[in-house]
Amino acid sequence: MEKTAVQASREMVLPRDVVVSVRGLSIAYQAKRGWVRAVRNVSLDVKRGEALALIGESGSGKTTMGLGMVRLLPTNARVSEGKILYQPATKNGQIPPAIDVLELSTQDLRRFRWGECAMVFQAALNAFNPVLRISEQFGDTARAHGYLRGRALEERAKHLFELVRLESERVWRAYPHELSGGMRQRVLIALALLLEPQLLILDEPTTALDILTQRNIMDVLKELRSKLGFSMIFISHDLSLAAELADRVATMYAGSVVEISDVYTTFQNPHHPYTIGLIQAVPTLSTHKDQITSIPGSPPDLIQMPEGCKFHPRCPLADDRCRTEEPVLEDTGAADHKVACWHWKTARERLAQAARFAKQN
Amino acid sequence: MPVPILELKNVSRAFQVRRNTFIKAVDDVSLSIQEGEIVCLVGESGCGKTTTGRMMVGLLKPTAGKVLFRGQDVTQLTKEQHKEYRLAVQLVHQDPYASLNPSFTIYDTIAAPIQHHGFTNGEAATRKRVIELLEMVDLTPATDFLDKYPHQLSGGQRQRVSVARALTVNPSFIVADEAVSMVDVSIRISLLNTLLKLKEQMGLAVLFITHDLALAKYFAWEGRIGVMYLGRMVEMSPARYLVEHPQHPYTQALLSAIPEADPDVTRKKRHIDLRSMDLPGLLNLPSGCSFHPRCPLWLGEQCEQQVPQMVNYRDGSAVACHVVQQKREAERA
Repeated sequence: MEKTAVQASREMVLPRDVVVSVRGLSIAYQAKRGWVRAVRNVSLDVKRGEALALIGESGSGKTTMGLGMVRLLPTNARVSEGKILYQPATKNGQIPPAIDVLELSTQDLRRFRWGECAMVFQAALNAFNPVLRISEQFGDTARAHGYLRGRALEERAKHLFELVRLESERVWRAYPHELSGGMRQRVLIALALLLEPQLLILDEPTTALDILTQRNIMDVLKELRSKLGFSMIFISHDLSLAAELADRVATMYAGSVVEISDVYTTFQNPHHPYTIGLIQAVPTLSTHKDQITSIPGSPPDLIQMPEGCKFHPRCPLADDRCRTEEPVLEDTGAADHKVACWHWKTARERLAQAARFAKQN
Repeated sequence: MPVPILELKNVSRAFQVRRNTFIKAVDDVSLSIQEGEIVCLVGESGCGKTTTGRMMVGLLKPTAGKVLFRGQDVTQLTKEQHKEYRLAVQLVHQDPYASLNPSFTIYDTIAAPIQHHGFTNGEAATRKRVIELLEMVDLTPATDFLDKYPHQLSGGQRQRVSVARALTVNPSFIVADEAVSMVDVSIRISLLNTLLKLKEQMGLAVLFITHDLALAKYFAWEGRIGVMYLGRMVEMSPARYLVEHPQHPYTQALLSAIPEADPDVTRKKRHIDLRSMDLPGLLNLPSGCSFHPRCPLWLGEQCEQQVPQMVNYRDGSAVACHVVQQKREAERA
């Protein structure tokens, strides 16, 4: 199938293996009390075929990042600075120039969304029109993008349903309310993949689903990725989900990425005190009760943020420098591992020592 | 055995959905909770765990079976005894955004039950008690919170206020229904720790309802976990034993499906495949063991026709499954 090329707005080519490169992105919401700085100076790359997880607590800016990347922010939001560079797929051996999503015209943006980058939203029931059959919703999307119609569309959709392990005949004719939460989530994933996008953004794809359904969605996503090879950004507060699905993990706190690394490093050798704290704060089936410790305090007010490092009021290692100067992402020397902390070199060791000391007393 | 503080005896609850159509949200559940004990109820949505909790606190009447408070049927209590029951058993709701009155200050919210029951004498004593309660749930300095409204607090702080309100009447048993599911991950543990501390200090018994087995294991470390499926209790064991040695095929499937926060562990984990992904509707429950259409251990006729009963085993576990029962009997022989 021939895809309409999104118009290039800037002559620029991203490194070969990068699909999206977010550079210095800042997004704020206007509220009565002032500007809520939801995303602050975030830079990250998503590589071809890679699954990147954005983890963090609510209010850390994860969802705003996701919405910002497809320009679906509410009207009270402003992108104050930054670029979202997207590399369209190679066509006839030619590498088209990268485009800045933030500068796309309305028409190009419509082609970009869903055709190049699709998003699966958190509340799968609200994402469908309740009075239309699933077949009609697929028809609408296909028509809006000048894609297949009639039998060809039906065949393509049913093929996708089988990929996401749904009974294709039944689902094609069903209304949204006739499907369970897990089924709707899978239909939504199938719909997102309809136009063969290069990038799929999933916002809390398994939250609010039951455990066995969650497992099913995780398995479906793994399988789809190995079969279709798209890139994936998924947003979750569930660390285990990231451990299961991601290749790389970016930890967000107060609108910034505070640590980014491959998934093994994130879980086995994290350097930022927040990442370390977050992993220790989540009980899993195999952890002993005594290994769990909570992070003191609560997340910062995004309108009146603390000076310096935004995590310092909750950090046991904070000193004068942390209270006045905000650290930026810094290479740790290990491949692709970046941390924004003044004490990253010693944080892990010092926190472990403090924990041992606390236990003895 | 000492008399349990609260006991459910073969309790069922049906809801009418249409004329002549009922769904059994809870079916023949028995459960006893000792003074100072922690029990977690886990299961998927729609399995009846919330309904069970609501019957325990007396917000719903069972359609069959008995609820016993300190050994006495709650429907047969005198007025005095009934008041004692309602005070002794308190509920903490799931959603701290909906369960606090937005036009009441924190002081008003907590003082209302104290004044209503006349626990204190005069304004000053009430104020002192409110401060004491706020400190008990680790909202310090308490005086900073007195004049605040719920919207000025974070989700975790609101849930602490909810707990403080439940404590106003000196309860002996608290039912916490998904009390931390709406609270941020980094705050959850400290909220649970507050509940554990109160349990230690006041000898509270707690029924904690959750869908998160890892959280249940953490909270019920010394207590028990009960697993429910489609309105029935399928397994009940000491918490760590249940997680480490699950016996019912449903519990085994649940535990095998949960991802772990370590990529090495979680990617090597073996999953148990169910025979069917679909959860049957409560309107037409399968015959016999309601898990049989999905059960990987399913034996045929017996599972399809006979409802398995909970069997207590010597290691402290109780399981409702024909296959497990046969296996255990064979081992003993």
